[in-house]
Amino acid sequence: MSEEFSSRKYMRDLKLPFCPGCGLFSLGDTFLKAVHELGHENLNGFCFASGIGCSSWIPSPYFLADSIHTLHGRSIPVATSIKLVRPDLSVVVFGGDGDIVGIGLSHFVHAARRNTDILVIMGNNMVYGMTGGQVAPTTPFKTQTTTTPYGSFEHPLDAARLAVAAGAAYSARWTTAHLKELKESIKTALQMPGFKFIEVVTQCPTAYGRRAGFKDVGEMLKHFRENAVGAQQAEKMSEEELETKIVVGEFVKRKRPTLVEAVYAMIKEAKTSDEQD
Amino acid sequence: MKTKETTTYFWSGNEACVEAAIIAGCQFFAGYPISPSNEIPEGLSERLPKVDGIFMQMEDELASIGAVMGASWAGKKAMTATSGPGFSLMQETIGWGFMTETPCVIVDVQRVGPGTGQATKCAQGDLMQARWGTHGDYAAIALSPNSVQEMFDLTIRAFNLAEKYRTPVVLLADETIAHVREQITVPPLKSLEIVNRKKPKTGETEFFGLEEVAPMPAVGEGFNVAVTASTHDERGVRFTQDATVHRRMLESLNAKIDGHAGDIVEVESHNVDDCRVGIVSFGCTSRAVYEAVERAEALGTKTGYIRLKTVWPFPDEAVRRLAKSAERIIVPEMNLGQVAREVQRVACKTEIVKLNKIGGGELITPEEVFNKIVEGGK
Repeated sequence: MSEEFSSRKYMRDLKLPFCPGCGLFSLGDTFLKAVHELGHENLNGFCFASGIGCSSWIPSPYFLADSIHTLHGRSIPVATSIKLVRPDLSVVVFGGDGDIVGIGLSHFVHAARRNTDILVIMGNNMVYGMTGGQVAPTTPFKTQTTTTPYGSFEHPLDAARLAVAAGAAYSARWTTAHLKELKESIKTALQMPGFKFIEVVTQCPTAYGRRAGFKDVGEMLKHFRENAVGAQQAEKMSEEELETKIVVGEFVKRKRPTLVEAVYAMIKEAKTSDEQD
Repeated sequence: MKTKETTTYFWSGNEACVEAAIIAGCQFFAGYPISPSNEIPEGLSERLPKVDGIFMQMEDELASIGAVMGASWAGKKAMTATSGPGFSLMQETIGWGFMTETPCVIVDVQRVGPGTGQATKCAQGDLMQARWGTHGDYAAIALSPNSVQEMFDLTIRAFNLAEKYRTPVVLLADETIAHVREQITVPPLKSLEIVNRKKPKTGETEFFGLEEVAPMPAVGEGFNVAVTASTHDERGVRFTQDATVHRRMLESLNAKIDGHAGDIVEVESHNVDDCRVGIVSFGCTSRAVYEAVERAEALGTKTGYIRLKTVWPFPDEAVRRLAKSAERIIVPEMNLGQVAREVQRVACKTEIVKLNKIGGGELITPEEVFNKIVEGGK
């Protein structure tokens, strides 16, 4: 590291859009710290894609980089083709839980299945924050939101484990109370081929916390810290015991043939067979 | 494919589309299986890798058109092919492509709708969807081939217009033209005009909504381009509240297309200035018109026609000219009157005779068109 870390170096001179106390400040900052510690002087080797929702604002347009702000749920297909056309670029998707595993779930599963060489960072605030706090596929059971005034009657999706089942090369979950671990996780993911997924449970005091019964941001972070259970420890616990817990850690880290490798190998083969024709 | 001489082939429309796409410089295809467009992805899955292109079958049409947009921003000419139901799913992203000025080609091989309709049967019911399919005010370009030769020619033209005007272009084909097999002529490749998007020079920062078509950087070229379908200014900076920026942007995006209708619109016309009966048709239906007009003229009925090679922007001028001489305008189409509505809009004082046929892929016959021509007497 040639110099002190400053996030401004990687950012446009714009005021960030997040509410006071929002966890996405820390998430964006932690990502840039990881980039800095990997020795990137700027974001020239990156391309960012995001969808619609608060988390999607992290790179676009605030990072001084190429960024494609796609439609709600469609960042992963856009990132997929960018990576295929430009395998030299590090393609990173930022999105919220609604964006990535609600409306965009199918793309998430298929990108993991293909082992598409992109990093997807999902800010999971457990709610549709930008639209005012409606129930999400990630909202904990019995939680009050603007569309579940009697408490949510559905069970939340475990996105990080779904990524493992679908074939991701790397999958991890942290919270905004685990920024050091998160940073190391991002560094690991940025240096790996294949599909990488990092879920970051993050506080949304405005649209989630106050209805879900949290007094303030501090209480939300305390809740994350106290209810976090390591992935290995969680294996020994029952479903009931885990209902109110947040399982953190790395769920998978493996080598599988990646989409980029497979596509370019096919192109090479197709061209060779053409020469033989 | 010969670069220096003219060659003839015996192709189906979908096969012609594949070869034309390669010639036009298409380097990326993403799609999802749907009848009756399947020969296009099947052909491109074989052809693209041989020219360093990428073929992806995606998980659905939402992903397909999304990947097409991404590839275009990565600097490649990109396309997809689909039919009505898939075209419906793609509409939101087509609007994204209009807003972000993303060149790409969408082939819609029309089949009977709405809903699942009749999946393998010919229809022409997506005309209005090609114009108004996405939400908000936008301008659309859609081309309609009526032969295998034109499936070839207009595929190349679709790419050229997409690149020139930086916008999604729809090739509105139909099942008949996609599957009919005809002899076609491929001119020497060197003689074909291939248009490539204008690229920015180092240091340029304005990539959107300019009076003339803005230059388009690709990602990874060092321009730090911020692409968004939210209302944005020339640099891509979002203005989600400001009325002036939105109006300015939308006016410029619409003018970019409607203001160049003279360049975009192509029609085939016959005897428009000296006819008593006029006909406006497009796609496979126009093939019946040729024979009907020949028969009517042999009987001494002065008949003129316009055949829409460009359906959007609508060829207002050509229809207006036809309406000056024609007492009646017959509009045969395999839907319930979508072009007829446009013709009536332009030729509001002329009698419009609708000739509609839907379902089962039954084509409008020369006899049916002929009967309409002579119905009103010689």
